[in-house]
Amino acid sequence: MAKPVAAPTIPFELSPDMPVVEFRDVSIAFESNQVLCNVSFQVFHGETRIILGPAGGGKSTLLKLANGLIQPDSGEIYVFGRPIIGMSGREIFEIRAHVGMVFQESALFDSLTVEDNVAYRLQEQHLPEDEIHKRVVEALRFVELEQAIAKFPSELSGGMRRRVSIARAIISRPDLILYDSPTGGLDPITSNTIIELVVKQRDVSQTTSLLITHRLQDAFTMATHRFNAATGHMEPIPDKGLDPSTRFLVLNDGRIVFDGTTRELTHTQDPWLRAYLQ
Amino acid sequence: MPITSPGVYAKQFVGSVQDYSLLAGRAIGDLFTPPRYIGDTITQMDSIGVGSLPIVVLTGFFTGCVLALQAAVSLKEFGAVNMTGRLVALSMVKELGPVLTGLMVSGRNASGMASELGSMKVSEQIDAMRALGTDPVRKLVSPRLVATIVMLFFLTIISDACGTAGGALVSVVILKLNGPAFFHTAYMSLQGGDVVEGLVKPLFSGFIIATTGCFYGLSTTGGTRGVGRSTTQAVVVSSVLIILVDFLVTQLMIGIFGR
Repeated sequence: MAKPVAAPTIPFELSPDMPVVEFRDVSIAFESNQVLCNVSFQVFHGETRIILGPAGGGKSTLLKLANGLIQPDSGEIYVFGRPIIGMSGREIFEIRAHVGMVFQESALFDSLTVEDNVAYRLQEQHLPEDEIHKRVVEALRFVELEQAIAKFPSELSGGMRRRVSIARAIISRPDLILYDSPTGGLDPITSNTIIELVVKQRDVSQTTSLLITHRLQDAFTMATHRFNAATGHMEPIPDKGLDPSTRFLVLNDGRIVFDGTTRELTHTQDPWLRAYLQ
Repeated sequence: MPITSPGVYAKQFVGSVQDYSLLAGRAIGDLFTPPRYIGDTITQMDSIGVGSLPIVVLTGFFTGCVLALQAAVSLKEFGAVNMTGRLVALSMVKELGPVLTGLMVSGRNASGMASELGSMKVSEQIDAMRALGTDPVRKLVSPRLVATIVMLFFLTIISDACGTAGGALVSVVILKLNGPAFFHTAYMSLQGGDVVEGLVKPLFSGFIIATTGCFYGLSTTGGTRGVGRSTTQAVVVSSVLIILVDFLVTQLMIGIFGR
């Protein structure tokens, strides 16, 4: 049985009723292509926000904005209650120290072993070597990939790389995790393994997270399942229950077309949403 | 393929120059504040300096050989074949050593930097580095800048020495000139200003190679095709800039030392 990797904390003296992530009328365009248009939403502590929408709808851009990797043309973004637009490099790195990110194609460093990839952030913080190794093993055990510690990314399958990427994101015990299509390009069985890890992280650590997915079944699996610590596996919530901390945000052509709970999404009368869900 | 208007092209050019200047400025500025990546700098010194040694030695040696052969033909007409050593030494130390070493190192390392950083950019490793709290300019560009400048300086000295040795070998073995006389005329012809000129040039060339390679690498877009494009652009631009700056430094040095 895996031990909890993260102990949920609220950084920067953020009160529980304040959103961890807040977008206010955020717009961004690349050359003449408007990617996001007046996007506003809030994500509260302990919440898992699943971002759905057709490809090219601005989902990955939204996640990069939330981590300060790109700057919007207009609007305001608050992370842990702090406005991240116009922040100095040092301030933004201070915010990012509390944020874990899983990239679409894993984005592991080719020249480093799995251990060095997962340990990267701790090495940058100059933690003692034995402490780093202990936490790397703990994080890899969480994603059930301890045996791959000495391998290079090129020796791993797509699913294993994605799991290493998750281990790298959670090793610093972040207060916010951003998952950019963690199941993208994977077969259904491997996707299910990744979703089980995301659910495990959600239920064991209650970390606030934003997750992009193209696979509706992954999104609904997250909403309808929970992690059973006793069995060490994901299982359906009894009586067709829904996870209360999981909410949805649907983007289309750079605009938010839905922001609400699982039940609200499945009972929507919006014709475009119904067509999209079907 | 769409045709770019001159106005758009000019804007893109000015934008690129601005981005390049900002990157170079940040890479220099980062050297004066922590954290500094000493280990990465030493790794780059090994890769750029030791890795480039064979091509620099061979290029320098055979350039000296050819120079001695060519010089002897022309000097013979004036009965000054004994001045071959002087011509080889001056040419190698002032001009050919620094420029050819710069071009060889550019071909090997500007392309290497552009392709390595370009691959990291298109596979989101640069974004991952930023997301993990590391400044990519501080971690990737500054160590390459220091390593290239320092190692190109020493590679140029090695190239000068190999070139002179190559010239001496050809003079003694093929041209049947006197060996000690070759080295004596070579040594006597070199003045302080010549050596300074030859050693200032690699400092500029090293700066150009590292900043150009890293700039094109970090500006890569368009997947693997984009990486190839960045690599080519880095080598072409750095080679042209090395020759352009060589001309400007030569002018400056003639102004300062009068020769």
